[in-house]
Amino acid sequence: MEADKKLITDLTPEIEKTSIKWYITFFIFLAFFVVGIYGLIQQIDKGHIVTGMRDNVVWGFYIVNFIFFMGLSYSGALISGVLHLFHTGWRKPIIRMAELITVISLVIGPFFIFFCIGRLDRLHFLFMYPRIQSPITWDVIAICTDLIGCFIYLYLSFIEDFAILRDYKDLKVAPWKKKLYEILSLGYTGTEKQYKILSNAKTVMAAMIIAIAIIVYSVLAWIFGVTLQPGWHSTIFGPYFVIAAVFSGTGLLIILMWIFRKVYHLEEYITKRHFVNVGVLLTVIAAFYGYFTFSDYLTKWYGSIKMDSILIDKLFTDYYSLFIFANYVGILLPAIIIAFPKFRTIPSITVAAVIALTALWVNRYIIVIPTLETPFLPIQDVRPDWISYAPTWIEWALTLAGVSVFAMLFMLVSKIAPIISISEMQEKDKVEILK
Amino acid sequence: MENNESGNSSRRKFLRNVSMGVGAITVAGVAKATIADGNEASAKSGKMVKLLSTDGKLVEVDLSDIKPSKEIEAELKSEAKKGLPNRKFAMVIDLAKCANARACVDACQEGHLLPKDHEWMKIYMLQDDNLTSKYWFPRPCFHCDKPMCVSVCPVGATYKRQDGIVLVDNQRCIGCKFCMTGCPYSARVFNWKDPEVEVPEGHVYDPETNIPAVEGTVGKCIFCADNLRKGILPRCVQACPMGVLYFGDLLEDTVTNGIETLRFSKLMTDRAGYRYKEDLGTLPSVYYLPPSNREFPVEMGLEGADESITGRYKNVGPR
Repeated sequence: MEADKKLITDLTPEIEKTSIKWYITFFIFLAFFVVGIYGLIQQIDKGHIVTGMRDNVVWGFYIVNFIFFMGLSYSGALISGVLHLFHTGWRKPIIRMAELITVISLVIGPFFIFFCIGRLDRLHFLFMYPRIQSPITWDVIAICTDLIGCFIYLYLSFIEDFAILRDYKDLKVAPWKKKLYEILSLGYTGTEKQYKILSNAKTVMAAMIIAIAIIVYSVLAWIFGVTLQPGWHSTIFGPYFVIAAVFSGTGLLIILMWIFRKVYHLEEYITKRHFVNVGVLLTVIAAFYGYFTFSDYLTKWYGSIKMDSILIDKLFTDYYSLFIFANYVGILLPAIIIAFPKFRTIPSITVAAVIALTALWVNRYIIVIPTLETPFLPIQDVRPDWISYAPTWIEWALTLAGVSVFAMLFMLVSKIAPIISISEMQEKDKVEILK
Repeated sequence: MENNESGNSSRRKFLRNVSMGVGAITVAGVAKATIADGNEASAKSGKMVKLLSTDGKLVEVDLSDIKPSKEIEAELKSEAKKGLPNRKFAMVIDLAKCANARACVDACQEGHLLPKDHEWMKIYMLQDDNLTSKYWFPRPCFHCDKPMCVSVCPVGATYKRQDGIVLVDNQRCIGCKFCMTGCPYSARVFNWKDPEVEVPEGHVYDPETNIPAVEGTVGKCIFCADNLRKGILPRCVQACPMGVLYFGDLLEDTVTNGIETLRFSKLMTDRAGYRYKEDLGTLPSVYYLPPSNREFPVEMGLEGADESITGRYKNVGPR
């Protein structure tokens, strides 16, 4: 397959050579990762006592990170799937990033569950003795399905690019990489028939992963929703989590767009228009997300159910600043920044995205922790760590390790594959074939 | 072993007899074990114990020769899964009599070899409203008939038996702690570190004793299922000096605190028995009698107690 030489060199800046900058950044992340691994070894050696979790708050940072990363993943699927299905013209430079967010965070997310469970050596029991009544089993099935679906979708979108790289004679890469492209491109040469098949497959998978993403994230929400705990026992949790996920994913997409644009000088491809469009998407989702948040807390606050009142009291005292940041600042500020055209610059939209993403993580935190700190029977204990949760350095280290792995995987992918889909970028006249 | 088949079944019979206490034989508190091959070179403990052999003879063997067997562990597990037939165990807790003596807690911890910071039985001081009185509230596991913990367990480590008891198999538990968030009564505890239990020699794991506790798994009150199999009251019931705790069988409509034996239905009618948070619909097997006509003030429960105990109840208020 032929492709424009400029496109290839611009969009694959790291394939032929590795810059010193790349190495330095990679090793910084690697250092974080190593610290995380050290923490994990400590935890396995000494037991979960080294974390901040205790008998009341049995789920801490790990579960928060789990929901957070899974949310990023599902939103990546939703964004890329929807943009693909609607043939949105401007999606082309950013759709690859959304797909990568999907797969990479989907790979990282479950590791936080592994950190959280007490007997990692019995993990296979989930498959050996599964009980379908348990929402965790639903989740295991859902995540496995999602992993397969998203990998297929990502791979389908890579085939054309691998074929382009295989056929690009001037590519100066190691022989194993050439061989890899040859194998992975599955003999795709871009004939009309091949194009049609691939195109149809992508459309089918795009539709499927949208459905899977919604189901899977709802199932995750039901892990909380089905319990009797105040604050969790809510019918709104399924859709609320899905919207929150899309919110976080959109935010992350904007941040990645900014990083890649800066680092790889893609100003020509990722323009202000993309930031504004994705930004507007973020604003619309912020409106929905804010609406869900408001209606969830309003109903809890207005009534007189004792446990709800106790929880709301806690949120407005111990968690006051976090609550205000997550549910007011984190929703309103990004929406305001993007809603007014005069504020819409690339840096300001990126700042809005950073606020949105952080606030969403905090929102997860104040969904999980305060509820566990207010059980039906009051906590009567003299041990402070049994009364309220405070993460230890190990939990912080593993959280940062998760973020580092996310970055490292993105960097590694950029060594092998184009960070912006070459085939999508040059796909101008091919739409005719489908008609 | 030549005749495997008959050897197994007779051994099983033998075990059943021993565990039922036939012949009043004691084996250092551990009846469920087999005798290892005598040929094996092992250090003799010098402690001799009496056992009933398969052909009905009383024999003496060295304690060190009694070894746990995998086969027996599996059988104990399957028995522990079924529970006792034609039973529906229940507990009645008379709040009018509880004065936070904590004898139940101590007996429980001793009997189940729990670390000191693990309380399967927990004593709360509750107050429902500003205008109502405080009262002591012992909380074992409620052994619900619609147990949230059992529903949410992904691997079937926690289960409900025919006699109403909810057990945890800590050799199956993966430590996801979903049951702990599922339980609305905070009845479950987690082994955050190695519990360092000194297991008695020859002890075989059985969910009915849940000894030893395993790091990274969940534990909770098991209504002393091991005692019940032997026809003995749970440890907390035996230990309570005030006779607060009654235990019994709903099918027999009888409960006892070891001192008096009462008709369950009459007790419920006369004393207006209730269940904690009936509205959650979990159908507990533990019933409470309201703290009416108390013979001593609530504060008596704090007298002479350690700071680590009194400190818990500093901020008790309406809830």
